Amino acid sequence: MAQPEGLLYSKEHEWLKLDGDVATVGITDYAQNSLGDIVFVELPRVGTEIQQHASIGVIESVKSVSDLFTPIGGAVIEVNPALEADPAVVNRSAFGEGWLYRVRVKDAAQKNALLSPAEYDALIAEAG
Amino acid sequence: MYAPHTRADIEAMLGAIGVSSLEELLRVPDAIAFARSLDVPAALPETDLSLAISEYAARNRAATDYVSFLGAGAYRHYCPPVVMALAMRGEFLTAYTPYQPEVSQGYLQAIYEWQTYICLLTGLDVANASVYDGATALAEAAIMAVNATGRRAILVSSAVHPNYREVLRTYARGLDLDVDELPIATDGTTDLGTLEARLADKRYAAVALQSPNFFGCIDVPPAKARVAFESTGTVPIAVIAEALSLAALKPPAEWGAQIAVGEAQSFGNPLNFGGPYVGFIACTSEHVRRIPGRLVGRTLDNAGNVAYVLTLQAREQHIRREKATSNICTNQAHCALVATIYLAALGETGLRRAAALNLERANRMAERVSAIAGFSRVFAAPVFNEVVIRVPAGTSTERVLAALRDRRILGGLEIGCWYPELGDCLLMTATETTTDAEIDALVAALGEIAGGLDLVRIPERRGGR
Repeated sequence: MAQPEGLLYSKEHEWLKLDGDVATVGITDYAQNSLGDIVFVELPRVGTEIQQHASIGVIESVKSVSDLFTPIGGAVIEVNPALEADPAVVNRSAFGEGWLYRVRVKDAAQKNALLSPAEYDALIAEAG
Repeated sequence: MYAPHTRADIEAMLGAIGVSSLEELLRVPDAIAFARSLDVPAALPETDLSLAISEYAARNRAATDYVSFLGAGAYRHYCPPVVMALAMRGEFLTAYTPYQPEVSQGYLQAIYEWQTYICLLTGLDVANASVYDGATALAEAAIMAVNATGRRAILVSSAVHPNYREVLRTYARGLDLDVDELPIATDGTTDLGTLEARLADKRYAAVALQSPNFFGCIDVPPAKARVAFESTGTVPIAVIAEALSLAALKPPAEWGAQIAVGEAQSFGNPLNFGGPYVGFIACTSEHVRRIPGRLVGRTLDNAGNVAYVLTLQAREQHIRREKATSNICTNQAHCALVATIYLAALGETGLRRAAALNLERANRMAERVSAIAGFSRVFAAPVFNEVVIRVPAGTSTERVLAALRDRRILGGLEIGCWYPELGDCLLMTATETTTDAEIDALVAALGEIAGGLDLVRIPERRGGR
């Protein structure tokens, strides 16, 4: 399954879209599919400084609770307001309306640690 | 089920690891070994032991053996016999939420009803299956507020029960939270004069206020405090150490409390020598993911029948591990069951009547005691069922209590250890169990004491065999 182009991916199954120094972050379609029906997403407060690869929230589905890791460091500038009333939007549109939060990136070089669509594809193919 | 190892099991295991005996396996180095036998009496035959324990027990004096004016977070109330007749049925006798909840529908229904009563009494949206006691409930509420706000300090009224504040500080120490206190105004309520200024820098996650407070005073924040809570995003926590007061006073949700915590021992649970008691936590639905402990929900099964489940379990330790909302994963199921049956037995009318009797008797007691020369009420704020009384100059709380104890009266609690400025004061409680004759006896005894008749009488020794 080809992953959307123009995004970067983490080994923890997050995607990231860079727009200047603003990164929009979400979880991948593979991740939402593995989690099952998502019932709750807890995100950092706007203004929080987050470190790359830190656990900054949780995503809860009917069958599990998983930590959310951040693919890139910076200050949280926005969280998706749609998630509180309708967390299942992450299931329906993991790469679109189901984005999680936006970060003002501190160190653009951190993106070099992330995966390309093809690399991420290979990672999940390996995971089966 | 406990299945002890047989001698053969032990020998097989020792053989497998090549050790000859248990003593060899567990050998304590000589340098630290306790070399002699323990200094304890020899074992007794069961019949002798039973006799000895009965003799020890006979040396106790229960509050019910006396006319008691003690309260301060542990209250003597009347409990109709139906409560224990039902609660003591064998199938209910567990302290825990059932671990196989789906086959324990009866217990889950009882817990659901408890949660419903707590919501009705507090005016809040959600209540959990109970926690250990009122003090831990306050500490847990503080953690909820810290998690909700990301702030690391709690502001608590000095009129919150001293034991509750102590438990709060114990939790706060481990979590590295600051706990600051609000002073007490001259009328016995919390001094909120500086509240707006103190909340302005948004340092506090929560403000905890108790009503009726430790001095018995109704202590509800005024409307402008509510504005300060809302504008600074501070979580108001209501503390209720005397749950029966909820049947006489407005629910805490009405003054803006987002979390209400307290002690429900008053609902049908005996004094129990100080415990087990039963704490409650209720909150607005915005905090539901942060509430600790078990939550029972009502739903429909696949055949359309009403069914009860444990819900939102992802908050809890067995799923979230160290990130759970609390390290308490249990509750006080049986004490909560007693409370639930008590509430069902009294109903709204009975509960209101019981609460009204507390109000009336405590206020009558306060009036009559403060009419005795030398005795006075310390605080002017209205009270629910307890009151702070200053003893005459020239005597002491200790001597007054001793003289009363001589007359088989427990005259109240000394509070000077927590409030040095109230070292000459007693916290006195009257409930619906307090009779007119008991108040008469108290007033007569205090009158004698005030007349200087009994100040130096040494209390008779009780409890000899």
